[in-house]
Amino acid sequence: VSETRTAAYVCTGCGIGEALDAPALSKVAQREGKMAIVREHAFLCSDDGVRLIRDDIANEAVTHVMIAACSRRAKTDAFDFPATAMARANLREGVVWAVAADDAHAEARQEMAADYVRMGCAELKKIKAPAGNAPAAANRRILVVGGGVSGLTAAIEAADAGHDVVVVEKSASLGGFAARLWRRTPAREPYAEPQPTGIDELIAQAASHPRIAVRLESRVAETRGAPGRFSVTIAQESGATSVEDVGAIVQASGFTTYDIAKLPELGGTCPHVIDQAELEVLARAANGGPIRRGDGRVVKSVAFVQCAGQRDDTGRHLPYCSGHCCATSIKQAMYFKDAVPDVDAVVLYSDLRMPGMGEDFYRSAQRKGVAFTKARVSGVEPNDGGCTVRFRDLILDADAAVDVDLVVLATGQVPSAGVDIDAPEDAQADVKPVSILNLAYRQGRDLPQLAHGFADSHFICFPYETRRTGIYAAGPVRRPMDLAQAVDDATGAALKAIQAIENAAAGRAAHPRSGDLSYPIVRLEGCTQCKRCTVECPFGAIDEDDKRFPVFNASRCRRCGTCMGACPVRVISFENYSVDSVGAQIKSIDMPDELSQKPRILVLACENDAYPALDMAGHTRRRYSPFVRVVPVRCLGSVNTIWVTDALNGGWDGVMLLGCRKGDDYQCHFVKGSEMAIDRMSKVADTLKQLGLEPERVITHEVAITDVARVPELIDAYAAKIVEIGPSPMKAFA
Amino acid sequence: MGDKQRRATMVNSRTGEARVHEARRPSSAHEEGHRIRKPRLRRNAARAGGPRPREHSVTRSIATAQTILVVGGGVAGMTAALEAAECGAQVVLVEKSPTLGGRTALLNRYFPKMCHPTCGLEINLRRLKSNRRVRVLTSTLVVQIAGARGDYTATLERKPRYVNERCTACGECARAVSARIPNPFNYGLDTLPAAYLPHAMAYPQRYVLDPSIIGTPEADKAKAACRYGAIDLDMRAERLEVGVAAIVWATGWKPYDAAKIQPYGYGRFRNVVTSVEFERLADPHGPTGGRLLRPSDAKPATNVAFVQCAGSRDENHLRHCSRICCMASLKQTQYLRDAGASGEDAGRSTIYYIDIRAIDRFEDFYRKVRQDPAVRFVKSKVARIAQDDATGDLILHGVDTEGYRRYAERHDLVVLAVGMQPEDNAGLPADLALDASGFVEGSRERGQFGAGAASSPLDVNRAAQSATAAAMRALSVVRERAAAEPASPT
Repeated sequence: VSETRTAAYVCTGCGIGEALDAPALSKVAQREGKMAIVREHAFLCSDDGVRLIRDDIANEAVTHVMIAACSRRAKTDAFDFPATAMARANLREGVVWAVAADDAHAEARQEMAADYVRMGCAELKKIKAPAGNAPAAANRRILVVGGGVSGLTAAIEAADAGHDVVVVEKSASLGGFAARLWRRTPAREPYAEPQPTGIDELIAQAASHPRIAVRLESRVAETRGAPGRFSVTIAQESGATSVEDVGAIVQASGFTTYDIAKLPELGGTCPHVIDQAELEVLARAANGGPIRRGDGRVVKSVAFVQCAGQRDDTGRHLPYCSGHCCATSIKQAMYFKDAVPDVDAVVLYSDLRMPGMGEDFYRSAQRKGVAFTKARVSGVEPNDGGCTVRFRDLILDADAAVDVDLVVLATGQVPSAGVDIDAPEDAQADVKPVSILNLAYRQGRDLPQLAHGFADSHFICFPYETRRTGIYAAGPVRRPMDLAQAVDDATGAALKAIQAIENAAAGRAAHPRSGDLSYPIVRLEGCTQCKRCTVECPFGAIDEDDKRFPVFNASRCRRCGTCMGACPVRVISFENYSVDSVGAQIKSIDMPDELSQKPRILVLACENDAYPALDMAGHTRRRYSPFVRVVPVRCLGSVNTIWVTDALNGGWDGVMLLGCRKGDDYQCHFVKGSEMAIDRMSKVADTLKQLGLEPERVITHEVAITDVARVPELIDAYAAKIVEIGPSPMKAFA
Repeated sequence: MGDKQRRATMVNSRTGEARVHEARRPSSAHEEGHRIRKPRLRRNAARAGGPRPREHSVTRSIATAQTILVVGGGVAGMTAALEAAECGAQVVLVEKSPTLGGRTALLNRYFPKMCHPTCGLEINLRRLKSNRRVRVLTSTLVVQIAGARGDYTATLERKPRYVNERCTACGECARAVSARIPNPFNYGLDTLPAAYLPHAMAYPQRYVLDPSIIGTPEADKAKAACRYGAIDLDMRAERLEVGVAAIVWATGWKPYDAAKIQPYGYGRFRNVVTSVEFERLADPHGPTGGRLLRPSDAKPATNVAFVQCAGSRDENHLRHCSRICCMASLKQTQYLRDAGASGEDAGRSTIYYIDIRAIDRFEDFYRKVRQDPAVRFVKSKVARIAQDDATGDLILHGVDTEGYRRYAERHDLVVLAVGMQPEDNAGLPADLALDASGFVEGSRERGQFGAGAASSPLDVNRAAQSATAAAMRALSVVRERAAAEPASPT
């Protein structure tokens, strides 16, 4: 263990030297910051400036570097010193570019810069460069749950990339839903005819792959562990169990079709009304010849009812669109037309959804004589030998009916995502869902569901980021989708599984703090077993042991620091981010007295959105109050209330929290950080009352990264408010 | 020297180099150029003790052909590059414009969450900054691909940026020049100085000089204003070669040229704009500061027509459905709601559509918009648009096919929901299979893959998913290649 040796570097480039008294800042770093080495440079990010720092690291045994220059988001290429702890005082975007350049502001500007230097030095002394945690295990095998197209694709992709794979399939054979199809919709040029499914080849490829082991008639009875060291108990239908050690999991548990018995208004209980899956059975039986319905009669007329029990506004059926059904009905109409061209086939739809090159497939059906009618179907009833479909023809704006031999209801996909861990158990559907993964996790047995039962990511940019690290949903369990998309989806999920293994082996974080080597360190001797960390972790990374102490699973952790923010006894920290590293910054500033008329406002800003917005405000020279001191935080969820109470006790006049949007359309990259911060701050209100402070002394705002103009406005408005309510009475005691 | 041995040397120098964020590795165009391999200098350099990378820049690591070339630095390309790199692969990410971010950086909000693209871009940029395996080459085009699966040689051409890595983004050059150019990042709706930072989230965060001022006193003014020696007016285009095992084509999309849809009057009527332009109008960083103003008279637009399938689903234009336009228009109706105009006409929208393709969970968003009384839906392919010259208003003519009613509807702004077409596939290798609309299906030998909107008209979420899949396929190729190749000497 080497000794800590600190060095501070003050850059005078980009106008810093003109706007600020740099030698005075150096003095602050030296005398107050107690930096062992302090240097100034006119262009610190240049080769020459960087060499200066590097030489100190090499020759002066510097282990800790404080750079007072631009924002921590800028010049990351230049200021990159592996294994060296680094703090950055943001003098450029945060002071010189944010505060008016005139002489009237010279003093406020200098004070702000000096405080940032103090804060940088204070932080630096409380952090170390993360060494990374030694992985407990680095198992490279992958478990795939589900042996349909999604599961087999994921298995083959991972196996081809050199990973051993175990596929667990609950039924007696591989192939899943695709094995029940007669043909599939085309996925490449030409988009004209139904295509062979290719499922037999896919099954054969998986079955013969030297790296793939298949467990049929099996379920996952228990999953414990973490990426790199999952231990999975597999139970066979026969009762036998085995334990497989794997590094990551792809959950491709597929879907079931919506039960047409729930659609009596569409004739779901009539004999000649079937769903698309049932039609595939008839088509397979016909083997390219005329299609016969259940009673053996050749079908001469068929109607496809789109959106059956889907896109439902009444709350009785599926509210979403399953995406594939328009193409599936078109394909199935072609089964009839291709076998017997004079069969009447009509598709009754409200919006025909054939994205991309699917449009060509639609055109092909029109050429084959399939009829399309924009209609709202009001009922299907049996008649002599067939069915009558009643509908409102939306083009003719008239009621109409058609008699057909067979009606096919295009019903939707119901995801097999297991247990909804966020719903109370008794509130769940009539049929009790069976857990897919049986996770031995503190926060529940399956992946959290996003909406309508799908185990999807909430993030538009990051479709695979489920809230359980190392477990990736793929295929229709993630989102309604067709075969082609399921193949792509499973391929991507295989990559994510491999990535989780690589990350776990290297002891580094997964998205969004990819590559972060820090991880939560807990002083268990101080723990009161309050369980807040285990409950609040957005990623379910923390379990509890028999004595109800938290058990941190580093490779499940995303390093947001929500546990650190939650901990009332402050025993959780990261090597480079801790209650102390921020607390020391809060305590380090030069607090003016109450007569100075210089309020001090602490801004705790989410580093993902609010802090970049402030940076961009600086870039566009939007000015804001020089009374604020901004501390970037990993997530608002990492804000420990002690920071706020310390600030208030220390004489800060106001505390402003800037985080991301919460609620249904949350934008917090750590899911619920901002929500929890707001919840915690409501408790701070009591503290404020006890201290005799106005409730406005602590405020929270939801901001977006684009609020480049709004954030300075919010800051100025708050600064004005603080001036109005006057200095904190706590200043006298600080 | 045997072929195998030579290859090992080559690869060695390459992978050592590919650690883009290695400490103190200068990242200028110029420097980067030298540091890959130039034709002529290459191959023998490392072996023969020729120009070696500076000592501090090299960390020799896995020395086999673990490099993936990703072409295109939009959301799909960045995703493919990062996802592969976070699995341990070396990646060269090539982008033709001076910044990463692609078209998504030019969007105001994403459907259905109405969140901001720059939010995800910030995360991706941070992933990039902390990952030494991705080497970024902006202002760079792929000129040629030679070789085969597992062993391609890509010839790249770097256009001069005229600004090197010493740039601090202080902005003095932009303040010094007076020449202005149409702002490519606002689709030419406004202008910016000829020395510019592409946009607020540009990466690399470094200015660019527009080639139009090179050789003029304007360029000299910019150079004189720079205190950091960052402006290099002698930069020339240069060619580089990289050896890679697999290639991901994430070359993206471009909006269909609306002027080709003659009856809609784009280019003739100022208040007919495209959906991508409307996106810029709504963006606080856009030409109107986020206010939805008519181009003709800068009055707030309050009665907007959204014309769906402008170019798409039309065998005279784009035969495919562009998938995203319905959702984009549904989203854009909500910009009008947010614009805060008052009065009876505040923020009214009419969507003229053939089918509303709000696929899968997006149905929830469609339902929400449908319930908005300020949004009207007309099932109709608009036949023609006329302008009322006195007011600048537009009259839309067509037939409402629900009930076959002819209409002539007045709107103060028309937004054409233009289709997506592949950005530019003229230079793609012949080995790549394309579909009828020119989207990349992949190479026959499975060493090159399409990703994102280069492979199909996709929204951002699906583009990221598609790119992750492409990264998997590319990763398999490099791992296969690595396994087949003996470890190179260290």
